[in-house]
Amino acid sequence: MPEKYVLEMKDISKEYYGTRVLKNINLAVKAGEIHGLVGENGAGKSTLMNILFGMNVIHATGGYEGSLFIEGEAVDIRTPQQAMELGIGMVHQEFMLIPNFTLTENIKLNREILKPNPVSKIFGKNMRSLNRKAMNADARKALDMLNISIEEYVKVSGLPVGYKQFAEIAREIDKDDLKLLVFDEPTAVLTETEANLLLEAIKSIADRGIAVLFITHRLHEVMEICDRITVIRDGVLIKTKNRQETNVYELAELMVGRKVEKMSRKKRSHAEREIILKVKDLFVDMPGETVNGVSFEVRKGEIFGIGGLAGQGKIGIANGIMGLYPARGEVLIRGEKLPLNDPQKSIAHKLAYVSEDRRGVGLLLDESLEMNIVITAIQNQNKFLHRFGPFSLLNKKAVRKYARQMIKDLDIRCTGPAQIVRRLSGGNQQKVCIARALSLNPEILFVSEPTRGIDVGAKSLVLETLLKLNEELDMTIIMTSSELAELRSICDRIAIITGGRLAGILQPDDSDVDFGLLMSGQKSRKGA
Amino acid sequence: MLRKALANFLRDFGPARLIIFAFFLFLCIAAVLLRLDLAELLTSSLVRIGMWGVLILSMLPAIVAGIGPNFGVSLGILCGLLGGLISLEAAYRLEGTFTFSGGDLFFAAVLFSLPFAVLAGMGYGWLLNRVKGSEMMIATYVGFSMVSIMKLAWLFLPFTNPEMAWPIGRGVRVQVSLANRGIAHILNNFLSFKIGEVVIPTGLLLFFAICSFLMWLFMRSKTGIAMRAAGDNPRFATAAGINVNRSRIIGTTLSTVLGAVGILVYAQSYGFIQLYEGPMFMPFVAVAAILIGGASVKKATIAHVIIGAVLFLGIQVVAVPVANAFTSDWASMGEISRKIIQNGVILYALTQTGSGE
Repeated sequence: MPEKYVLEMKDISKEYYGTRVLKNINLAVKAGEIHGLVGENGAGKSTLMNILFGMNVIHATGGYEGSLFIEGEAVDIRTPQQAMELGIGMVHQEFMLIPNFTLTENIKLNREILKPNPVSKIFGKNMRSLNRKAMNADARKALDMLNISIEEYVKVSGLPVGYKQFAEIAREIDKDDLKLLVFDEPTAVLTETEANLLLEAIKSIADRGIAVLFITHRLHEVMEICDRITVIRDGVLIKTKNRQETNVYELAELMVGRKVEKMSRKKRSHAEREIILKVKDLFVDMPGETVNGVSFEVRKGEIFGIGGLAGQGKIGIANGIMGLYPARGEVLIRGEKLPLNDPQKSIAHKLAYVSEDRRGVGLLLDESLEMNIVITAIQNQNKFLHRFGPFSLLNKKAVRKYARQMIKDLDIRCTGPAQIVRRLSGGNQQKVCIARALSLNPEILFVSEPTRGIDVGAKSLVLETLLKLNEELDMTIIMTSSELAELRSICDRIAIITGGRLAGILQPDDSDVDFGLLMSGQKSRKGA
Repeated sequence: MLRKALANFLRDFGPARLIIFAFFLFLCIAAVLLRLDLAELLTSSLVRIGMWGVLILSMLPAIVAGIGPNFGVSLGILCGLLGGLISLEAAYRLEGTFTFSGGDLFFAAVLFSLPFAVLAGMGYGWLLNRVKGSEMMIATYVGFSMVSIMKLAWLFLPFTNPEMAWPIGRGVRVQVSLANRGIAHILNNFLSFKIGEVVIPTGLLLFFAICSFLMWLFMRSKTGIAMRAAGDNPRFATAAGINVNRSRIIGTTLSTVLGAVGILVYAQSYGFIQLYEGPMFMPFVAVAAILIGGASVKKATIAHVIIGAVLFLGIQVVAVPVANAFTSDWASMGEISRKIIQNGVILYALTQTGSGE
């Protein structure tokens, strides 16, 4: 007897503006099955789900190739409403709840049970009133199924984070015709106990014959509850495996994959050199990238990488040390304590920063290239100025000269130093940011996501520039990146941050398994 | 190619500015066809431009520092008026001991107004730092309420100079003449000369030019550059080690000080110090003028100030006689068209705030 699938996705491919983000993905989920979908950020998981839900981004960018089957019938899902009618539900990573509505109201939102009243008899169906009793009973039923004892009439705003997640799930399973429920990294914001409760709930949902698609990068959760697991990497389906036939290590390796083409650098040791930066128990309150107590040391002349998945806190470290987000803890530069939360002090301690948010924080988009390069040096080191007692005036000549030098040294493609940076390409904009950092003559250069939003050719140019600065000027570089491959290609050591904490520090030539495990919050085999 | 260049030019120039420019051109042509006294029109245009110039210039530091057009520049205007009254009072009290020329009194008025303007500007800047995102609304109401509060002050401040007192009761008059003390037209008449029938108010224009030049220099100083960055992109500025709040306070204070100086320039040209309701709607004229000049609520340059002064005030001067020439029933047409343009342009500029990046 052929197996019956609730959902089948066949040969799904998708292109965004000429870039292929999904290639021939085949995925099938049976009723009552919990199917894990695993992959790094940017692997294509979200795009796949957007296709399943008929999100507008897909159709606005030319649709997709391949076909979708729900219970064996070919469907073409054009809108999220249609997906809902077909019995597909989703529990979102960010909660889609109305804070000032009660649990019941949220659960039954737009599917309220109505009853007629005298007014509605005259003015039509839109005037019917709510049958609160029936609605509460339904909500109760859904909540009980999840083993949640909380009262259905409580307002959502007061609930702890974990319970909000359950409210979302309750809303989905309350739908009578629910066939497939998608969980998009549901445990990301939960504590361990909450996460365990959730996993139990997912199991009981599956036991009722609902197919579950579980997206995550926490491998141990996958191993705990999933029946089958699909690994996606760079838009390609790597493998679908039964749980019994695999283990965490194999999954980790499949997820990270051999993406490093060449290890261009020979191993260097900085063990005898002085410790230039020491970070102790750093906490940074950066929304979405919270750092919860990270400690590490960097030696002079090193290229130190900071990696990890999005939202795990790696971005917060540089932002915290540079004083851009509230931070506490201890940061020592050459043994000297750095006052936190004051960007001026950080710059005065010879730190420079190339932000991950190039267009938001990194550039004055409507100012000239030369002004973008020199402004930090003007403000913090009084360079490029004529001084007349208390007055100062921009030294246009010195600025122009320095800008021309930088354009030449970093090979910035532009029409000249007076060009507005908005008109430059991403790679050249990034070089302008680097040039500005260099104008400060820093000892430690923080670079965050240096290749984000840059086309492939320009990526290696930016990385080469960093390498050159490190080798020729003996500049210590701390590079934060989501792309493990690029960290491994130029860093001496790589710290992996998970859940705002240091998961471990690896060598660039350590195995994919170790990287994969650390990134998914597992202990490395080495016990790093 | 040409069409594309033209399209680019149109986009950069902005439709609002284009319409107003066309309207101005239409008025000028009409004035020529109607055989109006062009020399007189030109003379009064020059006076008006010089008269309002510094007030319009006061918008520049506010916009550049990121608080938007300073609808609350009435605060600076009030400080200027106060300085003017103190100067007149001092002249009265010291009469007999010293004699002051009109020039002395004008510059004394500027000096007296400065401490008030600096303090008020700093406090106002501090307030605006607390309401980031709704500065324009807050500024408007700060202006309105300060004008109202100062109405009480005009009644109760202990000025004794009979030239400014009400004939009966207490308090200062609605209009205080500057003619008696020789302050009226002190700038207008300085080095003024005639080209044909056109009178050039050299001192007035020179004063505006000097203020503009100083502002131009300031924008190229360390503090000015910091202010520009803080206004353009506060997050960038913070990362570049710039104190954004401090920059905004400096911008607000500068704007307030220029407002104070600007009203004194205005008053000497007008010949009267106008109190009570006088300063209520003056900020709107200055805001409209710089916006017509091509500034947005986020970006402004000295060129915008000058173009705006010429266009907006030029229209005001030419519109009245042109309208009158058609029919005397339209006597208030000049005033009406000014209001339509002024408020229309402000409205247009405000709708543009959300767009762009």
